[in-house]
Amino acid sequence: MIPSAVIQEELDVYAIRQQFPILSRTVKGYPLVYLDNAATSQKPQAVIDALVNYYSGYNANIHRGIHTLAEEATAAFEATRDAVKQFINAADRGEIIFTRGTTESINLVAYTWGRQNIGAGDEIIISTMEHHSNIVPWQILCEEKGAVLKVIPINDEGELQMDAYEKLLSPRTKLVSVVQVSNALGTVNPVKQIITAAHKAGALVLIDGAQSSVHLDIDVQKMDADFFAFSAHKLYGPTGVGVLYGKEKLLQAMPVFQGGGEMIKEVNFTKTTYADLPYKYEAGTPNIADTIAFKTALDFINETGKAKIRAHEDQLLRYATAQLEEIPGLQIIGRARQKVSLISFVVDKVHPQDIGILLDNRGIAVRTGHHCAQPLMDRCSIPGTTRASFAVYNTREEIDVLVAGLRKSIKMLA
Amino acid sequence: MSNPQTIEAIENEIVEEFSLFDSWDDKYEYIIDLGKRLFPLEDKYKTDENRVRGCQSTVYLVADDKEGKIIYHADSDAIIVKGLISMLIRVLSGQPADAIIAAKLDFINRIGMMTHLAQTRSNGLLAMVKQMKHYALAYKIKNAAKV
Repeated sequence: MIPSAVIQEELDVYAIRQQFPILSRTVKGYPLVYLDNAATSQKPQAVIDALVNYYSGYNANIHRGIHTLAEEATAAFEATRDAVKQFINAADRGEIIFTRGTTESINLVAYTWGRQNIGAGDEIIISTMEHHSNIVPWQILCEEKGAVLKVIPINDEGELQMDAYEKLLSPRTKLVSVVQVSNALGTVNPVKQIITAAHKAGALVLIDGAQSSVHLDIDVQKMDADFFAFSAHKLYGPTGVGVLYGKEKLLQAMPVFQGGGEMIKEVNFTKTTYADLPYKYEAGTPNIADTIAFKTALDFINETGKAKIRAHEDQLLRYATAQLEEIPGLQIIGRARQKVSLISFVVDKVHPQDIGILLDNRGIAVRTGHHCAQPLMDRCSIPGTTRASFAVYNTREEIDVLVAGLRKSIKMLA
Repeated sequence: MSNPQTIEAIENEIVEEFSLFDSWDDKYEYIIDLGKRLFPLEDKYKTDENRVRGCQSTVYLVADDKEGKIIYHADSDAIIVKGLISMLIRVLSGQPADAIIAAKLDFINRIGMMTHLAQTRSNGLLAMVKQMKHYALAYKIKNAAKV
């Protein structure tokens, strides 16, 4: 039997690389090897052009103006909403709220839905592998309301313990907020199963899609997520734009987040009425340029093809895993059966920071530290890891450079 | 343990030593070697109180006053930071408090290690320098109060 990845037409990674101008620069005299994609991805020329074209062609404030520039800018801005709706298969464009990023999306839910629906003794479930941005907003809420934060444990491979999760669910559980893909381990969590169990217990579910949305096919309806949050900059798009998807009936019922322009219907000093979805949650002038350019990034992903990207990244993951395992003293942290193209590792008696400095000295960009997931690092009894994360434009040759750089660095440090 | 050389003279000495290296690898190998040779801090000093905040690696720093000269001891679990710390100790330890407070420490820039003082690195060298100066200031005030 021929594996499906072979049947599929392969991605022309060298043609893809041509689209990313930054990849041709050097660092410390070496060609840049960018392996910090889980922190942020690089941007194709088309996205950079979209930003320039907006500012040089039709910069205007949106929704209110009746002049041509305002109409053009509004149309482009709202076209991104339609593209996002399609990208995650939302039922309605009103369910797509633009924010500054995943962190703000999660905070929006904590401050609006959370404040209205969480009371003393209620329970919120998160997991051990959450990013700080999916821990702290709930801690703040629980402290304010006297609610209880419960944590799904993980096994030694870095997978959620699903039986323990189902035992945590109780009639007091109001919300389950978990990450779809761990930024520190690469683990892909069974979100469909998590959501089904939570709904059975009467709880809502927020899925943090910051890491997953660039790698996996996202269908919020099939998943049945109540909220789904992600950021544009990890999807080859600009920084400063995020998305909160919420089911329409929930968004309708929730109180507003911030007050100001754009989000109102009528204002007088006795009573203000609010705008319809999605504008109710988008107070003030939004990040117009970056939101417009975000659509170009989604077009890039759609045109390249998510399945093709996934197959390419899977190959890189398998190749890198095999290569790294050959290095004496190196231990991969996170061995989940389902992983995205991200590898965290530690090396015996070597601090990740030293590895990061020496790799940078050879033009190789990786991330070191706790990856904003300190509770997870505590669980693994390590202060931090070195993380290499791969994107559509990375190559096997770059992994060879990483492995050679690592061997040399470890030799220097040992 | 007072140091007969001025801060500036020691800085110049280090810059001269580094001028002998022709590659970054050589520079880092030297710093790593300094890190390995820095006498480790006794465990009893590795307390939360002595921990320098703002470091990706764990850094401990203690200071003592010997007749107006400040003596430093430090340690880190990351070896490059430890090597950089070793150089800071070589430059600053045993110097008068006033000289430490005023020290520009531009040898770090001159040997090409400025990037380690950048905020983004968060490897704590900047926090380390600040903490060393804080100690010098604290001892200066303490000694002034005694007089």
